[in-house]
Amino acid sequence: MKIVIVDESPIRSLILEEGLREAGFTQVERISEMHNLLKHIYASDPDVILIDLENPSRDTLEQMFQVSRAVRRPIAMFVDQSDTASIQASVDAGVSAYIVDGLKKERIKSILDLCVSRFHAFSKLRDELEQAKSDLEERKTIERAKGILMKAKQLSEEDAYKMMRGVAMRENKKIIEIARSVITAAEMFK
Amino acid sequence: MTGEAHVKIGFIPLVDAAALLIAAHKGFAKAEGLDVELIREASWANIRDKLAIGRFDAAHLLAPMAVASTLGLGHVRVPLVAPMNLAMNGNAIAVSTALYAELAAEGEVAHPAQTARALAKLVARRRAEGREPLTFGMTFPFSMHNYQLRYWMAEGGVDPDEDLRLIVLPPPYMVENLTRGQLDGFCVGAPWSSVAVDAGVGVILHFGCEIFACAPEKVLALRESFANDNPDLVAALIRALDRGAAFVDAPQNLGEVSQILSRPEYVGVDAEIIGRVLTGHLRVKARDERSDANYLIIGRDGAMRPDPQQTEWIYAQMLRWGQTRHSPEMADRAKSVLRPDLYDAAIDRAHVQREIGAFAGPSFDDRSYEAYLADFAIGQRL
Repeated sequence: MKIVIVDESPIRSLILEEGLREAGFTQVERISEMHNLLKHIYASDPDVILIDLENPSRDTLEQMFQVSRAVRRPIAMFVDQSDTASIQASVDAGVSAYIVDGLKKERIKSILDLCVSRFHAFSKLRDELEQAKSDLEERKTIERAKGILMKAKQLSEEDAYKMMRGVAMRENKKIIEIARSVITAAEMFK
Repeated sequence: MTGEAHVKIGFIPLVDAAALLIAAHKGFAKAEGLDVELIREASWANIRDKLAIGRFDAAHLLAPMAVASTLGLGHVRVPLVAPMNLAMNGNAIAVSTALYAELAAEGEVAHPAQTARALAKLVARRRAEGREPLTFGMTFPFSMHNYQLRYWMAEGGVDPDEDLRLIVLPPPYMVENLTRGQLDGFCVGAPWSSVAVDAGVGVILHFGCEIFACAPEKVLALRESFANDNPDLVAALIRALDRGAAFVDAPQNLGEVSQILSRPEYVGVDAEIIGRVLTGHLRVKARDERSDANYLIIGRDGAMRPDPQQTEWIYAQMLRWGQTRHSPEMADRAKSVLRPDLYDAAIDRAHVQREIGAFAGPSFDDRSYEAYLADFAIGQRL
């Protein structure tokens, strides 16, 4: 069975491809280039197409349902109404599947389930990355504010930090907010 | 209603979602007891699916798509209702500057009948010269864009299924493809044709309203079952959107409305372009401007009240282009999508009768589908 993954995120599609290969699907192709998308798809002639829902090119795929001379094999969206739960899970995870008509639905379901778990894994990864990035930003901001206070008030690093922490507690704010105010104020006094 | 009802509404970032976006942003929905959550979507297919599985309660939807979903065309059948139009018209046909020059060389290019004939001549010439067929873009198979393009070129003698390629592309990609020479023209909603003109790569050939004077473009769509179960909520939503449309239509609000819509979470394009779209004053060529008050109609002159004849006409376009087969049951189902009764339950206002008003071809009113379709030289017949 040949599977094509249409996704502009190379990391996510790699994660998905890996999962599919582990599950025994060896013929997997990834498309991240949206120009001439249909041409690429027709050229690889897949049995299943997986596409992420953030992708505006999804509407381009919808064209395949139209009777057209360009289509060799009829393609349908996976909409087995007896299995709304797995459709909902895939939409919530952000992925959709198009299949060649007549494919066994059990096989599609296993692919779809795999997509859902891999997409969730990717989202978690992305969230963690975002969190790490913002933690790093916060730490940098606090360091900068500390430096400003040390210079302006001749404080040790520890005392500068204590000072900000004290204000934060008194004003019931986060220390990052105080650090930002310190930087803003310092810029205004420049 | 008791308490505030949470309503999830999907939309595509386009100027013709104005009534919805303004109703939510300006608190008109809140005033009706609705807590509207707007969800910006990347594709019409997403909107359709999320509406179908209940992740959205309502959506800004292509009018022909509401019909297609109800008939089960191209997808599983999910009966939808549209108690309100969100916009009439608002599209434009644009071509690359290169194609424009070639068309102009064939003859006059002012009236759609002239440009369609010029296109037919050009298509024949290109074929004789062994050149690649032209490629035109539109936004969805079940869209007014598709029907406008097809109707226009077929009047000139171009068969859209034989003589050139029609492809679906997301609107933001149209301009890029035009620039790269992978597209020769397209029909899209505002503001994308203006973007092509501003970028110096395209020329607006016709406003959509030059092809059809008054074509249903977007509707407010809900699952039929949801609308049946929540009549008060539907009425409240209609009133809120009606207020939103009135606010959009008031000339003194133009600046504010353009600013709000330009926000990245809404349409996300320059406020100045949005202002031009809302007033129907568009730059069509480098130093050429064109004005038409009917370019995009949001709520003016009772435009929001749905007229079931609109969907009969849409169904006829679907038949003409082979998207479905005719049966009296399908025709009735198509007609049942638009629900003026739901609109009238919320808004008490005099009705305005309107015609589609195609620039050429047979009239549709009070004729059988068979008679109507038989009068076209190109397209399917019954």
